[in-house]
Amino acid sequence: MFERPLLRFVRSDTKINFMRGRFAGLATSAVLSLISLALFFHPGLTLGLDFKGGIVVEAKTNGPADFAKIRAALAAHNVSTGGVQAFGGPDDVLIRLEADKNTDTNAVVDQVRHAVAEAQPGATVVRADAVGASVSAELFRNGMLALGLSLLMILGYIWFRFEWEFALSAVVTLVLDLTKTVGFLVLTHFEFDLVMVAAILTILGYSTNDKVVVYDRVRENLRKYRTMPLRELIDLSINETLNRTLGTSSTVFLAALPLALFGGATLSGFAWVMLFGIVVGTSSSIFIAAPLLLLLGEKRLRKDVRPPSA
Amino acid sequence: MMYYSRLRMLSVVGVCLLGLVLCAPNFMQRPLPSMPWRQIHLGLDLRGGSYLLMQVDLKSLAKDRLQSLSDGVRQALLAGGLGYRDIRVDAQKQQITFTPRDPSERDRDVKTLDAMPRVVPNEFSVASQPDGSVALTLSPDAMKLRAQDAVTQSIEIVRRRIDATGAIDPEITRQGEDRIVVELPGVSDPERVKALLGTTARMTFRLVDESAGAGQIAPAGATMLPDMDAGGQMLAVRDHIEVDGADLTNAGATTDQQTGGWAVSFSLDSVGTRAFANVTQANVGRRFAIVLDDKVIEAPVIHTAITGGNGLITGNFDAAKATDLALLLKAGALPVPLTVMEERSIGPSLGADSIRAGAISLGVGFFFVIAFMALFYGRFGWYANVALLANLVLMAAILSLFEATLTLPGMAGMLLTLGMAVDANILIIERIREEIGRGRSALAAMQAGFERATSTIVDSNATALLAHVMLFVFGTGPVRGFALTITIGIVTTLFTTLMLSRLLMVRWYALRRPTTLPV
Repeated sequence: MFERPLLRFVRSDTKINFMRGRFAGLATSAVLSLISLALFFHPGLTLGLDFKGGIVVEAKTNGPADFAKIRAALAAHNVSTGGVQAFGGPDDVLIRLEADKNTDTNAVVDQVRHAVAEAQPGATVVRADAVGASVSAELFRNGMLALGLSLLMILGYIWFRFEWEFALSAVVTLVLDLTKTVGFLVLTHFEFDLVMVAAILTILGYSTNDKVVVYDRVRENLRKYRTMPLRELIDLSINETLNRTLGTSSTVFLAALPLALFGGATLSGFAWVMLFGIVVGTSSSIFIAAPLLLLLGEKRLRKDVRPPSA
Repeated sequence: MMYYSRLRMLSVVGVCLLGLVLCAPNFMQRPLPSMPWRQIHLGLDLRGGSYLLMQVDLKSLAKDRLQSLSDGVRQALLAGGLGYRDIRVDAQKQQITFTPRDPSERDRDVKTLDAMPRVVPNEFSVASQPDGSVALTLSPDAMKLRAQDAVTQSIEIVRRRIDATGAIDPEITRQGEDRIVVELPGVSDPERVKALLGTTARMTFRLVDESAGAGQIAPAGATMLPDMDAGGQMLAVRDHIEVDGADLTNAGATTDQQTGGWAVSFSLDSVGTRAFANVTQANVGRRFAIVLDDKVIEAPVIHTAITGGNGLITGNFDAAKATDLALLLKAGALPVPLTVMEERSIGPSLGADSIRAGAISLGVGFFFVIAFMALFYGRFGWYANVALLANLVLMAAILSLFEATLTLPGMAGMLLTLGMAVDANILIIERIREEIGRGRSALAAMQAGFERATSTIVDSNATALLAHVMLFVFGTGPVRGFALTITIGIVTTLFTTLMLSRLLMVRWYALRRPTTLPV
């Protein structure tokens, strides 16, 4: 391990015929993305505080929490008592209140503090977040803007460095990845907030990176093997870069794994989404982006060669 | 590709050493106060504290200005002996219109109003309208200028008020056109600060209009205001301001010697002193109201003329209220009201937990990546690991240099950068392996590996960079910290992999001249 490598993913002479499964891959991806889309509309994403507005107060009580007492105190302060929940240990209390346009979240959060202090003397407020409805709408808009613009810039960059077939298949693949991530978010009930947008953008960046490496090899091979049919050429390129693809996704996966396991409430959702995105992004490079490139480029990138009769 | 000049070698090593030096301030005390000492700040989510996003109410600025201008218009017309009717304030069009008593007076109306003082140049224009009325219109540009002033001034007042509370290292920054962000490390219950910042604290001294009894309709030139000293009973107070709180030079909480209760003492500057002396002299026996933000704090009867410029406000205060009022008066009034739109506060215990969680994740993740590289790539993997360590040091160095704020998502960003950073090494090593497989010599394979992999590395990192720059531009708070660390990480990655790990590989080759490579 200090001189020679001990392990390898695949042998150097690996020749897997990935393109044979191209329709199966595309179909599976399309079905998964359609299911995700359906999930997006029903039941929909669990919006986090950033995007929904409202109040979250986390308190640690002195000894086991008395929920009835806290609810009564909240009621005495004219605050809705619906959102009082237990979480973590017996001395942890989570109070979550929704807000609409007319709620003065700023005043309500102070009432909640007072109510907790009255109901449970000695309790400490560990965390208190209050986001007004107008701010949350703005945060949401900015988050979506960052996502949309990133996709456009990735499209532009790949177009500039490669050809439009590459750019288009990459971005279509990214959108398919994105929808699946949304489906994952809906199923896991992770809250969709700014941190999740950051996770999704990181996935986009990683996934693009992965596709660029394969495309780079396709471009190189297009110059090197002037007569090889595109289908064979893409298969060759994927096989050549397979060890790298698996290696890098492993290191990113290994880096994100401790975050999911030990990152605490703030980061574990983020990290699980990252882990999901790494798996999806890596497989989509092989099973989606490459077949799409074959579909789009069969006529144009290899004009002089007839496609094989498969 | 296989040759490093001595200069290049030294500079690569030099950059790494410089990185170490720049990191040092994070781990030790400043030896000399005069030394430059830049270090990473911990974000509020790690050290505990409050984040407040405040909206500056610029709409009220235009509204107030229109109100005061309409008073000015009335007075100017009255003074010029000009009659008018139907005077109207249109907040939408930012306009005051009226109909002259006599159409032939229109030109004189325009001239008189045009001569009114303006707060900023070209603040408003006056013109006769086709329907025979006269309109005074606020210029949007001038209002924008005033709005900017108001925000700048508000930030200054907010800073003074927060400094007076004794908060440590507060950060007050402008965000966008009409927002102020206040960050208070160590303050996990910002209620008092919010109350202080939510008060405009405009104090005025005005005479009570005694022609109206309590609960009646206000006479002309007066307004009914709640008297907090009398349980909120309505009191008619004249609109004319005798002395303005802006003329205060000092204020302090003290005890009233007669009653033993808490009070706020104040002193006025020369303008205020003179005005105060004049009004108290002329109005002995009448009631003088001290008004704070449209509430009467107290309205005592003037017993004798007060000429010294010092006075005492004895409302219904306890110690805390008196202290806060004195603080507000000393810091000055906000030009416009502020409202808290977003509050995030984190207790110190949660912050400590987050640091622990972040550090454990970082340590374990770093170990995983190093172990992976060693198992899968042997000697060259270890070179990549050395580069990885240098990468971590350089990231910390750049963050220190910028005095950047490290947040929990920022720590996640560092970890992911480490995971992604070895990608460049993997690309190079895999490429070398391929070239060996094609029967090239060790030297040729390494050369080809570096050459071919470089453009791939640049392309793949550029796209990741684009996504995170977008996140930095559109994100807020901790998420920005994440985008920043990843962006810095991509830059340090390019350096450590393209320069440092390659240097190690090249030096090893130059010293050993191996015929086979450990791939």
